[in-house]
Amino acid sequence: MTSRTRRTSRTSTSRTSTSRTSTSRTSAVRPRRSRTSGPARAGQYLALLAYLVFLAFPFLWLISTSFKPARELGSLHPTWVPEDPTLANYRQAFDEQPLLEAAGNSLIAALSAAVVAVVIATPMAYVMARHRTLLARAATGWVVVSQAFPFVLVIIPLFLVLKNLHLINSLPGLIMVYVVWALPFALWMLVGYVRAVPAELEEAAAVDGASRLRTLVSVTAPLLAPGIVATALFAFITAWNEFFFALVLLKTPEKQTLPVVLTHFIGAEGTADLGPLAAAAFLATLPSLVVFAVIQKRITGGMLAGAVKS
Amino acid sequence: MGARVRALGAVAAALVLLLSACSDGGGDRDSGGRITLRFQSLAWQQESVEANKELVEEWNATHPDVRVEYVQGSWTSIHDQLLTSFEGGEAPDIIHDASDDLADFAYGGYLADLGKLLPGRLKADIPRASWETATFGGKVYGVPFLQEPRVLIANATWLRESGVRIPTPQKPWSWAEFRSVTKELSSGKDKFGVAWPLKEPVSATLNLSLSAGGQLFHRDADGKVDIRFDEGDEVVPRTVHDQVNVDGSASGSTLGMGGSDTLPGFFGGKYAMVPLGFSYRQQIVQQAPKGFDWQVLPAPAGRDGLAQGVSPQTLSVAEDSPHKKEAAAFIDFFLRPANMVRLARGDWMLPTGTTALKDPALRTRRHDWATGTALAKYLRPAPAQSVRGYPEWMDKIATPALQEYYSGAIGMDELRDRLVKDGNLVLKRYQR
Repeated sequence: MTSRTRRTSRTSTSRTSTSRTSTSRTSAVRPRRSRTSGPARAGQYLALLAYLVFLAFPFLWLISTSFKPARELGSLHPTWVPEDPTLANYRQAFDEQPLLEAAGNSLIAALSAAVVAVVIATPMAYVMARHRTLLARAATGWVVVSQAFPFVLVIIPLFLVLKNLHLINSLPGLIMVYVVWALPFALWMLVGYVRAVPAELEEAAAVDGASRLRTLVSVTAPLLAPGIVATALFAFITAWNEFFFALVLLKTPEKQTLPVVLTHFIGAEGTADLGPLAAAAFLATLPSLVVFAVIQKRITGGMLAGAVKS
Repeated sequence: MGARVRALGAVAAALVLLLSACSDGGGDRDSGGRITLRFQSLAWQQESVEANKELVEEWNATHPDVRVEYVQGSWTSIHDQLLTSFEGGEAPDIIHDASDDLADFAYGGYLADLGKLLPGRLKADIPRASWETATFGGKVYGVPFLQEPRVLIANATWLRESGVRIPTPQKPWSWAEFRSVTKELSSGKDKFGVAWPLKEPVSATLNLSLSAGGQLFHRDADGKVDIRFDEGDEVVPRTVHDQVNVDGSASGSTLGMGGSDTLPGFFGGKYAMVPLGFSYRQQIVQQAPKGFDWQVLPAPAGRDGLAQGVSPQTLSVAEDSPHKKEAAAFIDFFLRPANMVRLARGDWMLPTGTTALKDPALRTRRHDWATGTALAKYLRPAPAQSVRGYPEWMDKIATPALQEYYSGAIGMDELRDRLVKDGNLVLKRYQR
């Protein structure tokens, strides 16, 4: 047996013993879990159900409103199910505003921002997690501090910088802003995910002769995938919903994003064209819902990976 | 591995291409010497947007050398959006806004003085009281063109059956009569004579107080503003307070609502009247149940008659615009009397132009246009709009103080104390 194989074998032995310990811990915990069944468990589910209803209420109300004719919107006793359902709000929303064009702009901005943010943040996060140097600690501090700046504080300097770069009224300019805005939090999330991947796995691969790049691509990257997906999704949703930067930076109608176009249904002093606004807002939430539904399991895995420290 | 690197390279190249494909050209004069002006409009209702776009098309069809580009803006965050654009030198040439938003931009030097750019026809057509809403330091920074009085929108059947006297612009209710009428109209705990939507209580209170001689902000000879809460300033707040807390003739639950939020209760027979902006008629026409009979009544009158404050919508020209003369010419075209009528009808508001106000389309009894046009001559500049520090006074002092007073949490003395004593401390900081 070579020394390299011996080290690997020791690592696996230690992993096996860890796994045994955790198994015995789990079995010790099991009876305590079963004691929460019965009324307490029912209460938990009830609380969960109440929370779900609380979360779902505005969305279901939005859907209901989007199918109601104007007269039903002014009813003193509104119903969940429209009495006289209509698609008129959707027709009006599409007639009055370039929703598809705006959705296309939002999609380009959000996808690009998510991809670029993740491409930049992943290697940075890896270095910050694996090499705990003074620079890494300073970067973590910067991440926390950067979250404290409100939009209005940075918008004018940002506007001037982008103007000098001839990036006002352009999606690339907006994408740059979204990337910079999402980067600190994405970095912070990814550092957690990288730390959750045991360094021993990379050491084992190195012992087996894998190069640094091979280790990263074949060992670390697959384990990081859920975290990367969750981070990308965060960056996507942030950019998809963002309003103020898009409002200020995009001038021509054909470049405006969906959140900006949605405000065209809102007038002065809080008045709004409620039916078409609800219809357009419902359509605007669909992409996020679809993405969540498709990759829900991966996100959950990613979130758990970030939550548990090795 | 090589394939992966190539794939990454391809993704990067595609992104670069995508980014460059989305880049903007820019420029306001094309190779043929044609000028392009950007007009940011805040019109948002379907009819109003159509009217705006049609007028821009008509201009472009008749002015081949000066093309106007219509840019759809939004009332949401308009102040921040314009401020950033001004600071960055990227503001639209022609700016649609409201007069109460212009003071900061005017004092900041962002807007052009239109005094010498506008033709005599337009200047003469709009009354002096309206011009005052957009005049700061003797310079004209906007053309006021649409305005709306606050009116009482009433359940006509309810009023008719109750037998109360129906007010008209010629013979309106006094504030005292209004209070007694609402008391008479109320019955039981779920039927109120009036529902005051006072989510933003300051502008409603100040604007209506002009009728009772309330001014609140007093400017002395050297231009400094002092807050005083006199007898005339008490009338409107006291009426609302007593309707809610003494008579029970006004619903307390609507005090935190916006205008639209009160409409279901109005349609459902909970409130006999709702004080709203004149343009709310459009929502009422759209949402009222079939057969619901409603009518527009003038707001109550006081010592100064039907006077009330308004902050008209305005058109301004950016100081940075290289084509101010052309922009002013477009505004002149846009606000010709016939065009003003189209814009007013689109927004369900009143035009400021005296010629447009005479148009039969705005004198009709249908949807009570006639009641609104009869009120136009009583409209005055909103009392506080040129006062520096007003937004801070409104947010930090007046809004919470009035909300607490209307809900019955504090009395008139406490209200006066806070509006005047605390308010003057705020204003002093802006007037050093």
